Amino acid sequence: MDLNYTEAELAFRDEVRAFIKAKLPDHLVDRSKQGKSLTKADFEEWHAILNAQGWLAPNWPEEFGGKAWNAVERHIFEDEMTKANAPRVVPFGLSMLGPVLQAFGSKEQQDYYLPRILNGDDWWCQGYSEPGAGSDLASVRTSAVREGDHYIVNGQKTWTTLGQYANKIFCLVRTSKEGKPQEGISFLLIDMDTPGIEVRPIVLIDGTPEVNEVFFDNVKVPVANLVGEENKGWTYAKYLLTHERTNIAGVGFANAGLENLKRIARVEQSGGRPLIANPYFAARIARVEMDLMAMSTTNLRVVSSAAAGHAPGAESSMLKIKGTVIRQEINALTRNAVGPYAMPFASEALEEGSNVAPVGPDYAAPATAQYLNNRKLSIFGGSNEIQRTIITKAILEL
Amino acid sequence: MNFDLTDERQMLQDGLRRYLAGAYTADARKAMEDAEVGFSEEIWNGLAEMGVIGALFSEDDGGFAGEGFDIALVFEELGRVGAQDPLIDTAILGGGLIAALGTDAQKEAIETVIAGGQHLALAHGEPSSRFDLTRVDTTAVKSGDNYLVNGRKAVVVNAPSASHLIVSARTSGDAADTDGISLFFVPRDTEGVSLRSYPLVGGGHAAEVTLTDVAVPKSAMLGAEGCAFDAISAVTAKATLAISAEALGLMESIKTLTNEYLKTRKQFGVPIGKFQALQHRLADVLIEIEQARSAVINLAGHVDADPKVRDVHVSATKNLIGLAARLVAEEGIQMHGGIGMTMEYDLGHLAKRLTMIDHRFGDTDYHMERFIELAVA
Repeated sequence: MDLNYTEAELAFRDEVRAFIKAKLPDHLVDRSKQGKSLTKADFEEWHAILNAQGWLAPNWPEEFGGKAWNAVERHIFEDEMTKANAPRVVPFGLSMLGPVLQAFGSKEQQDYYLPRILNGDDWWCQGYSEPGAGSDLASVRTSAVREGDHYIVNGQKTWTTLGQYANKIFCLVRTSKEGKPQEGISFLLIDMDTPGIEVRPIVLIDGTPEVNEVFFDNVKVPVANLVGEENKGWTYAKYLLTHERTNIAGVGFANAGLENLKRIARVEQSGGRPLIANPYFAARIARVEMDLMAMSTTNLRVVSSAAAGHAPGAESSMLKIKGTVIRQEINALTRNAVGPYAMPFASEALEEGSNVAPVGPDYAAPATAQYLNNRKLSIFGGSNEIQRTIITKAILEL
Repeated sequence: MNFDLTDERQMLQDGLRRYLAGAYTADARKAMEDAEVGFSEEIWNGLAEMGVIGALFSEDDGGFAGEGFDIALVFEELGRVGAQDPLIDTAILGGGLIAALGTDAQKEAIETVIAGGQHLALAHGEPSSRFDLTRVDTTAVKSGDNYLVNGRKAVVVNAPSASHLIVSARTSGDAADTDGISLFFVPRDTEGVSLRSYPLVGGGHAAEVTLTDVAVPKSAMLGAEGCAFDAISAVTAKATLAISAEALGLMESIKTLTNEYLKTRKQFGVPIGKFQALQHRLADVLIEIEQARSAVINLAGHVDADPKVRDVHVSATKNLIGLAARLVAEEGIQMHGGIGMTMEYDLGHLAKRLTMIDHRFGDTDYHMERFIELAVA
């Protein structure tokens, strides 16, 4: 048992830190610290910087331009990036579709799409959830009917994150109603410019249009855009979901959030002393910090086991639940920490590129919006209820 | 022992529930979001016509009810529909302070308030006062026949539509003293009063108010110089009752929506309400809402009691409401899943308004500390 990184791992961490110091632009860090939305250009700028270093898709195999980092290296990288308030890497092309194409795509699809993902030519979004198929993904109803060299796609997708920026969408579609629901699903790549596609924003409770509905009305998709075999899409979808669960614990986000919370609690005054001197509030911060310390180690245990070649199964469900609950508690404490200044609806001040001064202290403006927005953490990517069911079945065998 | 409503209160509750159900339509709510003030003048006038504002004042003050149970009843109904009418600001805080401290001439404003013809806002909290009612840095200094008022007031709810602000300022003492706080009835358009207005997460509007050499005549002072703290404390207790009852109504509606959703939303071929994991959580929500109802009743029965007794109940109730509100809002959203995160569905507004209640008149931690001081230590 050794809780420390090896020499090689420490050297790698230093390399990551040096890169961040040299290349992470201040204006992106500031925007992230102020809780402002990132623009499409912001994401693209950061992707290009990472790509120039060869670190945009480090989890890809080297033959496709990746680094084939092991789980510990990936963890160090993600941890340092979140601690430094670097923008997140948009996962749809890089972490979701990329691995699916590498495993199941044709040579033509790999050669065409993978370099375009790295170079930022395409912005992908995910067409999985439907109004009647959230946690129960196998019940997708969007249909694709073969007509000669094309599929004709009809239906609706929802919760499509950042779909407003995307020029491509990968979709689960129903190509057969025979057999079990899982058996008639196919995995299609669709150009968002195709006639018959309409994107409508969904306004969330924090006021942001982060997710969208995507409607398909007789959309013609070339058969060449089918990934793998027809009716085998469920296998590819599940493969993708295991990749969606990297960095699922969000330890770096939690650490950054906790540091921000303590900074606020030291500045805010309550009854003539700093809020952090209020034993009841301090105790709540302490409780979440202790939980986070233990979870960081749970996370490293899973990472270390994965680096040794064990595929994480129900452990990622455990990390997802604990990680999201901790982050949500930090968000709630941060909202409480700012007191009455949690009440102003600061939409303008948080908009991309806004110069509107926030109401109250600058740290107050994003507190409520982030609390509300992060209620999603326990809902998406397989709700925490679904994760508990996975644990009860896979580990407890109930 | 009798927990039934009197006939008069039952009539008020029935009438108000009918009126609000008809008035708070989806279109009306959309219009409110777009309005400059964050509520509907038409609904406000309807409430006044029904006597709802009058029900918040005693007969001595020109109303016809005004007891704790009347306040609780009205605000629970408002909460049920997620109403954002500024009754707390105009009637409970503004009207309440005039009723408690005003001269006969000043009290004439109450009649206008009850008729729905005037809006008020209490400008008391400051950028660094948080929930502490004694912390007043704004100063009022005598200058001839006037006072000159200087300072900043934070998150003054309803200030953008108020004709008058009731401004607290220190005429003597240090920032945290109970003595030395005075109140002034100040027309909002007085020179030196400037507002930065904004909408609130839970609905309605507020403003940051800056007071720069605002000249206020002595006749505009409410009550005796330096003696306003007890009245501020008393109306804040009533406002805490009102907002706690509103939270109760919001929680009831969120529970009802969630209950319906569990019966209708199907995943894996069955309504999700068939899953015991969700059934038991909604049962816990129900239990906590019943606890919240009892806490509101406790405070309603003691809101006019001796301040020491009253404040024990204020803190016990607001702490419990804060904890229950977070549970109900978060569980409501979680059990709805993605749809609970959107503004296209009623739950979003109800959950946000409920969540923001912990940020007015003291949050769970503030009232925990205060309860320990008053009742445990």
